[in-house]
Formats: sequence, C-alpha cells, structure tokens
Amino acid sequence: MILSYYTLIILLLAGTIRVATPLVLATYAGLFSERSGVVALGLEGMMLGAAFASAASSAIYGSAWIGLLIGVSTSVLIAGLLSFVCVFKQGNQVVAAIAINLTIAGLAPTLALAWFDLGNQTPSLVNPGQRFLELSLPWSSSARLHPFPGLLYSELISGHSFIVYLAATLVPLSAFILYKTRFGLRIRAVGENPYAVDTAGISVKKIRTQAVLISGVLCGVAGTYLATAAGAGFIPDMTAGKGYLALAALIFGNWRPYRALGACLLFACTDSIATRLQGVSLPMLGVIPVQFIIALPYILTVVLLAGFVARSNPPKAIGIPYDK
Amino acid sequence: MSNIKSSLYLRLEPIVLPLVNLGIALIISSLIICLIGESPQKAIEIIWKGSFGSGEGLGYTLFYSTNYIFTGLAVALAYHAGLFNIGCEGQAYVGGLGVSLVGLYLGGLPVWCVIVLGIFAGALFGAAWAAIPAYLQARKGSHIVITTIMFNFIGSALMTWFLVSVLIKPGQQAPESRAFSTHAFLPSLKGLFALLGINTGESPVNLALVIALIIAALIWILLWKTRFGYELRVSGTSQSAARYAGISPESYMFKAMLISGALAGCLGLNELMGSQHRLTLDFPAGAGFIGIAVALMGRNNPVGICFSALLFGALVQGGGELAFEMPHVSHSLVIVIQGLVILFCGALEQLLKKPLRKVFLTHV
Amino acid sequence: MEILSHALELRGVNKRFGNVYANKAVDLKVLQGSIHGIVGENGAGKSTLMNGITGFQPFDSGEILIKGTKVNFNTTEDSIAVGIGMVHQHFMLVESLSVLENVILGSEGGAFLNEGLQTARSGISRLIKDYGLDVPLDAKVADLGVGIQQRVEILKTLYRGAELLILDEPTAVLTPSEVEALFKFLNNLREQGKTVLFVTHKLKEIMAVTDRVTVMKQGEVVLNVATALTSPEQLAETMVGRPVLLDIKRGSTKRGDICLRAQGLKVFDCNGVPRLNGVSLDLYAGEIVGIAGVASNGQSELIEVLAGLIVPNQGVIECKETSTDKWIDITALKNGALGRRKLGIAHVPEDRLKLGVVPSMSAEDNIRLGSQFTVTGSKFFTSTKVIARECEDLMQQWDVRPLASKLSLDSFSGGNQQKMVLGREINSNPRILIIGQPTRGVDIGAIEAIHKRLIELRDSGVAILLISVELDEILTLSDRILVMNSGLVIGEVSSDKATERGLGLMMAGIVTEETTGEL
Repeated sequence: MILSYYTLIILLLAGTIRVATPLVLATYAGLFSERSGVVALGLEGMMLGAAFASAASSAIYGSAWIGLLIGVSTSVLIAGLLSFVCVFKQGNQVVAAIAINLTIAGLAPTLALAWFDLGNQTPSLVNPGQRFLELSLPWSSSARLHPFPGLLYSELISGHSFIVYLAATLVPLSAFILYKTRFGLRIRAVGENPYAVDTAGISVKKIRTQAVLISGVLCGVAGTYLATAAGAGFIPDMTAGKGYLALAALIFGNWRPYRALGACLLFACTDSIATRLQGVSLPMLGVIPVQFIIALPYILTVVLLAGFVARSNPPKAIGIPYDK
Repeated sequence: MSNIKSSLYLRLEPIVLPLVNLGIALIISSLIICLIGESPQKAIEIIWKGSFGSGEGLGYTLFYSTNYIFTGLAVALAYHAGLFNIGCEGQAYVGGLGVSLVGLYLGGLPVWCVIVLGIFAGALFGAAWAAIPAYLQARKGSHIVITTIMFNFIGSALMTWFLVSVLIKPGQQAPESRAFSTHAFLPSLKGLFALLGINTGESPVNLALVIALIIAALIWILLWKTRFGYELRVSGTSQSAARYAGISPESYMFKAMLISGALAGCLGLNELMGSQHRLTLDFPAGAGFIGIAVALMGRNNPVGICFSALLFGALVQGGGELAFEMPHVSHSLVIVIQGLVILFCGALEQLLKKPLRKVFLTHV
Repeated sequence: MEILSHALELRGVNKRFGNVYANKAVDLKVLQGSIHGIVGENGAGKSTLMNGITGFQPFDSGEILIKGTKVNFNTTEDSIAVGIGMVHQHFMLVESLSVLENVILGSEGGAFLNEGLQTARSGISRLIKDYGLDVPLDAKVADLGVGIQQRVEILKTLYRGAELLILDEPTAVLTPSEVEALFKFLNNLREQGKTVLFVTHKLKEIMAVTDRVTVMKQGEVVLNVATALTSPEQLAETMVGRPVLLDIKRGSTKRGDICLRAQGLKVFDCNGVPRLNGVSLDLYAGEIVGIAGVASNGQSELIEVLAGLIVPNQGVIECKETSTDKWIDITALKNGALGRRKLGIAHVPEDRLKLGVVPSMSAEDNIRLGSQFTVTGSKFFTSTKVIARECEDLMQQWDVRPLASKLSLDSFSGGNQQKMVLGREINSNPRILIIGQPTRGVDIGAIEAIHKRLIELRDSGVAILLISVELDEILTLSDRILVMNSGLVIGEVSSDKATERGLGLMMAGIVTEETTGEL
C-alpha cells in the first residue's frame, strides 16, 4: 500500500518535472524581460516559433541538435523584432507582443503546409536522433530494483530528456546572473528606474535589448522542448497558452526567480494531478471538474493581482517606453 | 498653393495613415505568399472573388464582418477610456452563454421578445465577465491586460465545463448544446438582399448585421453626442484634466469596461442565434483578437470600425476560398495578415507619420 | 587671475527646444576649489544648463572646457569620465536596491558582483570617513529618509571620482538641521580641493555658502559676481525684475462681502515635509488678492487645496453660499473640483497643459471642460451646433486665432490656449476665481487682454485670487498682496504701499519694516 502510494507520488513528481520544464524556461525568459522593464507578453510567439523551427529543421536534417540550434535562433530573431519595436521605436509593448504572437501563430502553420504538405504540421519525428528522448543515467536500471532510494533515482532523477537537465542548470544560472553579476544588477536597476541607469552612464536601450534577447534564448529552448522532446513535431497552437501561463507564474512568484520556480512547479503539479483525478470522486468535494483544475493557475494569479494574497511588486518602470 | 496641400493632407491623414499601414501589412503578406511559392496576384484575385465576387460570398463576408463589428466596438470603447481590453474573446464566449440560455429555455415567448432578451442576456453576461477585471483595475490598479488574458483562459475552461457537463445534448459526443427553440433563430437577411438583386445563397448573414450596425451608430452617438461619452473620452485621454473637471477616471474605467464586455457579449447573437442555433465549443474562434485589429485599423471610430470589419470579414471569407483553391496556402495566412495589421496599425503606427509628413507638408 | 584654473568653463552654449531658447549664449567660469552658486527662477534655464553639462541632454552649440581642455559631451558617461558628478533634485536612485548597489551602479568593478562589492565596500567606507557622510551600506534605499538618500546620491558621485559636484536644489527636501549638515559637508569638499556647483532659488543659502554666484533669467546669464560683493536684495532684483510693459489702469475698488475663508491650511508631502505650513486667508467680492513668491514655496499646494484637487492635512476652508447666505465647509468634499464649481468657484490652473486642457482634443471639446453639465440644455445629449457656436463666440470675444473651433488645442499658441481657458472659466459666471500663472507662456498682446479682463471681472464683483511668479503682474493687478515663502504667508501689503524692492526682499524671506510698509 505504502509502496503503491510512494510509486504514485514518484511518478506524479516525474510527470510534474516534464510538464514544468517548458514552463520554467518560459517563466525565466519572462523574468529577464520584465525585470528590465519590457512586458513579456511575447513569450507565446517566441516559443511557438521555436517549436516550429526546431521541428522543421529536425525533420529536414535528421538531428535534434540542429533543431535546438535553429529553434533558439528563430526565437532570438523574434525577440530581436520585439525589442526593435518596443525599445527602439518605443511602440506600445502590449500591442506589439499580441501582434507578433498572432503573426507567428499564423505563419508557422502556413509555412508548415507550404513546405511539408501534411496539413498544418511538420513531419513526425520518428528517428531517435530527431528527438531529445529520455536519458538513462548510469545504474538506473539496477537502481529500479530497490524501491526506496532506487525508484527515486531511476524515475525521478534519471529518465528525463537532455533539455530537462539543461533547464535544471539554467535555473540557478539565471538566478546567479540576475543577482550576482554586473549585468544582472543593471537589468534590475533599469526595470525600476531607467533614469538612474541613464545618468550613471549606462545605455538603457542596450540593457533592455540584451534582456529581451536572453528571453528569446530561453523561450527557444522551451519551444524546442515542446516539439522535439515532449512531442514529436509541430502542431498548430501547440504552445496552448503556456506563454501566458508562464507570465502568470512569474507574477505569482512576484518576479523573484525561486518563487517563480515554485509557482511553475505548483502549476505543473496541479496539471499532473488533474489528469489523475479525472472523474475520481473526492471525499466531501465530489468530482472536481477537470476544467476547474485547468483554470486554477489563472484564478490564483488573478487572486494575487487583486492583492488578496500578498502585495504584488512589479518592476516600477515596466511597460513604460523610455523616452528622455 | 502649398498651404492648401498641407492642410488637405492634415485633414486626410487620419485615413491615409491606416491605409498606408494596411498597405505595408499586405505587402509583407504578399512576400510571404511568394515565399511559399504561390503568386500574390492570383491570391488577391481569389480573395476578392471569394469575398465579393458572388452573392453567397458577399453574404458570408457580411456574416463574419458582423462578428468583428461587435468585438471591434468593444475594444474601441475601452480604448477611449484609456484601457486595453484583450478579454473580448472570453467576454464574447461567456456572453454566448447568456444568449444560449435564452435560446434554450425562453423560446416559448414571442420572437421579438426572445430576440430582445437575447441581446440583453448576451450583453449582461459579457459585461459580467468584464466586471471583475474592470473593478480590479479601477480600485486596485491591477493591470487590465493581464487580468483580461487570465479571464480569457478561465472563461474558456468555464464554458467547456458548461458545454460538457451541463448543456450537452444528451446522447452525443460532440460538445454542443441541443438546438435552440425556433423562436430564437434570428431571421436571415436573404430576403432583404434578394430585394436588392443579390442572391446570398446559403450564407448565414442574418438580422444580427442590422443590430450590429444600429449598435455601432448608438456607440457613435454615445461617444460624441452625450455628456457620458465626453467625460469618458476626457478621462481616457488625460486623467489629471479629468479630475480637474470633476470627472472620476476610475469610475469611467469601470463603466467603460462593462459596456465593452457587453458589446463583445453580443457576438453570440450573430454566431449562435443567427447561424449555428446552438451553443458550440469555442464559437468566437478568434473574433476577440480580430476585434483588436479592426479597432486599431478603424482608429477606434465606429465608422472606421465598420469598414475595417468589412475588410477583415472579406479576408476571412476570401482566405477560406484561398485555402480551398490553393491547397498549398493554409487558412492560417489570414491570421498572419491580422497580426501584421495589428503590428503596423497599432505598435508601429507612428513609424511612417514623420516620413509621410515630410513628403506632403511644406514644413515639418 | 589666469593662474587659477577653471574647473569648468562654458563659452556661448545654446540649447533650443523648438523655437524657445532654454539656454542662450551662456558664459560661465567656475573656479577650481570653490563653491559656485547658480540662481534663478523656475524656467530660467538652470536645469537645462545642468543637463547639458552632464551630457544628459547635450547642448546645441558652444564650448565646454574642463580644466582648460575642450571636451565634447554626448552621453552621461563622457561627463562622468572627466570627473563631473551630479546630485539631482529628484533622486536618481533605485529604491529596491541597497545603498551599496546604488553607489556602484555604473562602476561595478568587474563582471561579477561579489568582488566588486568587496572593493566598493572598503572604498566607500573610506569616503564616509573622509567626508563624514554616514550611510548604512546594506539598507534598502526605499527604507531610508530623504536626507540620507541624498547622502547616497552624493556618495555615488564621489565614488566615481567626481572632482566637480553639481547639486540641483539640494535643500528642497531637507529639514533645517539637515541643511546645516549639508553646508558643513560642502565646506569639507572645498577644503579637499573639490569644486561645487550649487543650483538653487533660495537666496539665503547662496549668501551662506557660496563664493561666487551667477544669476540666470530667461535662459541667459544676467549677473556674475563674488558673493561677498552682493546682497540678497541685489540678487532678488536681478532675478525677478522685468520692465513693466503695460500701463493698465486698475482703478480703485469697492470691496464687497467676504465670500471665502481659509484657516490654518497645512499640506504635507509624501516624506512628511510641510509644503504648506499654516496658511490663512480671506477672499472678498470685488477684490483681487495677489500671492507673490518664488515658485515652490507652497503656492501650488495652496491652489490645489483651494480648488479642491487635494484635501489639506490640516485646516478648514469655508465658502459662503449665495442663495442661503450660509457658510459651507468645503475642506474635504468628495469630488472637490465638482463641488467647487457648483458653488461658483472657478479655477484656471498653473499647469495649463496637464490640468487645464486636453491638448489632443479640439477647442470645442476643451471649452466644455469643467462645465459639461451646463453647456447644453439636455442632461444627456450634447449638441455639437450649440457647443460650436459657444466656442466661436468665446474665440471672437477673446480674439483667439485662428477661429477654428474644431482644431486640436495643441495647434494653438500658448496665449490663445490661455485665453480660451480663461474665457471658459469666466463664462461659468463664477463668484470666486482662482487663477495661477495667468500669463505663463503667453505673448505680450494676449497678456494685455487677459489683464484687462481680470480687472473687468473684479469690477463686476468677482473675488479673484491671483498667484504669479511675475512680480509686475502682481503689482499691476492686485488690490492686496500676500507674499509666500516656505509654505507660509510671511507678509501682507496693500497695493498702494507695495514696492518691487520690498516685495522682492519678502520673496527672498526677508521681512523688515521697510518691506511691509505698514508694520
């Protein structure tokens, strides 16, 4: 009995990690962008673009690594466009992001159909080299035989795609960059008071552009994961609002790296639990509609924004184009 | 002589700029069509023929345009109060619930009664869905953009639950309700067009078009011919001047969002009461976002919105024909054009203002 | 004199914004190791000059020399590199970061913070010891008081090796004891061989701490003198004196009944500093009361409180209602601005573009601002025809050009804008008119028209409260003059006893028998 609950929890947690990975990457992308003062509504478009580009190039060149490279490059290009419009031309950041998201959402299926003729998708990635499949860490097969520590190792720590491990390193790396480097200090400063940064002799535009480009890199990895690890190719709208969910997690985490990580894990966990609880009747509550659990992260975010949980502390200068 | 040219240009600028911005969006779209290996010229021909070339095509175009008039007005009204309402998709969807409840349960009443109640219910439910984000922005300063996006997702989940668990027609798999009572079928405009010599064939263009146009006129009157509209515009343009004049910006933010949600909620009249005659999953189908493009291109003016809505209706209808006749061109191309229009008419609208002025004005 | 080098020299610098010269042919010589004061009213061009010197907004033309060498400042980094440091009036601090992080921003000493912070910590500790600037290095700036925040600003400049420190209105937010500490610090700096540029409009401070002073007026330098050789009176005269251009016959007035009473008004800003420190005044029908004073001495807060835009922290305002002849307490009305208008109190704001008009809207739309209720008959609907006609009538009355009611307001000149605002407020038939800076940004011709109208209004029995930094305007129009300084009314003179010199002294905070005449 205990064993089966234990196994269940391990599998649940493992599932959570898989679901959380693209979310965490996107949230951290949003972290860099928003802490520098640029609204991160374009995460959806960047991820989708990367998903398409990585799936397409992996299909054509037969290698997931090339897919990763091209996926990230595409996302960075989109980020560059966004920063051109928002930072250099001081266009409305919300409108620009929505516009770019829509354009990519339409462009990806259009190119997919034109290039591959398979309905609006890219070819399925069937060869093992075309995807980032699960990696088995050493001794995991023998570890599986011993339930208590072993299962933890074999299912939870081992057995994830390369990108999951990459994401796991990017998390502390991002926190380090933001809080322990000169660049990170400048990002944090420019999102709160760009005038202070300007009068200190630092280019506001440069810092913001760099931050947005970094968000492009992170979203690129996230999108690539969706298409080449979690899935096997590009399907229209495959990001399914994860870019906005990432923004919700960022807000819920009050724009702090580890709290945002916690929010992502929380959201991903509810997702995992939702699939398990489908149709299951809980004591006193009855059957919780799966839609409610799907909506839960968004509801929680609104509750936070309403100021009921804690004081929301966005970067002071966010969304305001810097114009002397 | 040159002064006349200058002042003429300044008067025409509100029309010239959006058209130029639209032109850039279309040029880039044409480039994409080339990229796919098709001819843009042929594509434009097909779009034109598909949307205006036949009576039935025209009917479909007008049907789609009706949707976009509602959502375009919704976005524009909020904009005049200084707010960016991205939640039209959710507000339209939940508004559809109101419309459906009338259609499903109040069908016993006379037709005109059902229609009026449908309008009222759609508006009420749409406004209700905008109320919480509106309140949070006005009272707590929570950013309306984020809250309305969240409410889009929450609304989608809520409506899915309604459709799957409550309203679903018993014994079927597809998530849709049973059909409305016939009193809730908005009459088709086929007869009206026949009088004009146009055969709209099987297209679902219906009375909702007339309702939309009337509402557009009413909104125009509201914004420019009433005290309410004046105060709304002032509070949306300059909060400090509004307070000076004794106007409360927060109060108008809230009221504007309610009206905006109500307008979006009327979408169900066209799609549900006018065409599908039942509640279906995700019936707004992106109309909320097209509304943003329509409002931006129409410069947030009801007259401009009606024309932009017509344009986008044509693009959607023509785009469908295009996808049919050119199997290589995806239906998603229309979404690309939509996104580009929002980009150039919204975020980059000032990009060409100075260069154009340099050309047309004698002094900058 | 040539042996002593100049830390900073400006030769003929110019800065234009549109058609207006914010700085015109400015020459400035600042001696090394001195404290040099720059004084002038709001709008004299001091901030623009400083922005040019620091490279924040480079000059259009002219030369800048640092220690005799010509330099070119295109960005702030350029000026910092040659040893210029600026302490801004509105602090350039990131509130969520610590003091240490704020100080090193821009010169972090390496890509990784840890080592940078270590070296900074020891470096700053030394500076703190040398200059006596005690600050808690690890505290969050948001948690610190204003006086300490300013010290952080100063530390920032010293840490980056500033040899020439510019302080812009540093005492605006300080308590008297903090001001004393600041002056001690400045003297300390001078002893260490640093140069200080001290920008202010407070004459007492100039006399107290500077070696030389430069007076600016309307973008130009009008006086350059050693502090020991001048006096507050001379400075005041140079700062505010303007030839009286108009000969308006004000005539005598028959003062009517009292219609507004204000007592003990106090307004505190977000840092707890009193901007209005206990002001009382009475307004009578048919009288123009002029409030003179250099800007930022509480006049703006006084207007805001009287016009209902903010609620005072202390004090009472009462207004007499015409129909019932009863006194109504209007201190804390909900929707104060609206309540005022219903009682017949009109307001022409100081900041025309921000409060008085909506620049992007048409003239017609702006005519209605504040009187949306009364302009057209019906409660809900507005008639464009009626409004257009009213607008055109107003424009004709006041000679506004061009006579285009549909033109957006920012296309009109400042003078025409102001005429429309005034016309609008006067058309609402007020009993009391509060008007701030009536001729700011207004051309000569319009000034005369506006002044004439105000006198006409007074003669018809309206009580007018006039606030202006232009002394001759106060003298021309007022029947009774109050002078404000540091949030208080420090003197009251009747117009026949007032002199420009006397008023100027009072504005500088100096009250003697001579100034008040009657005392």
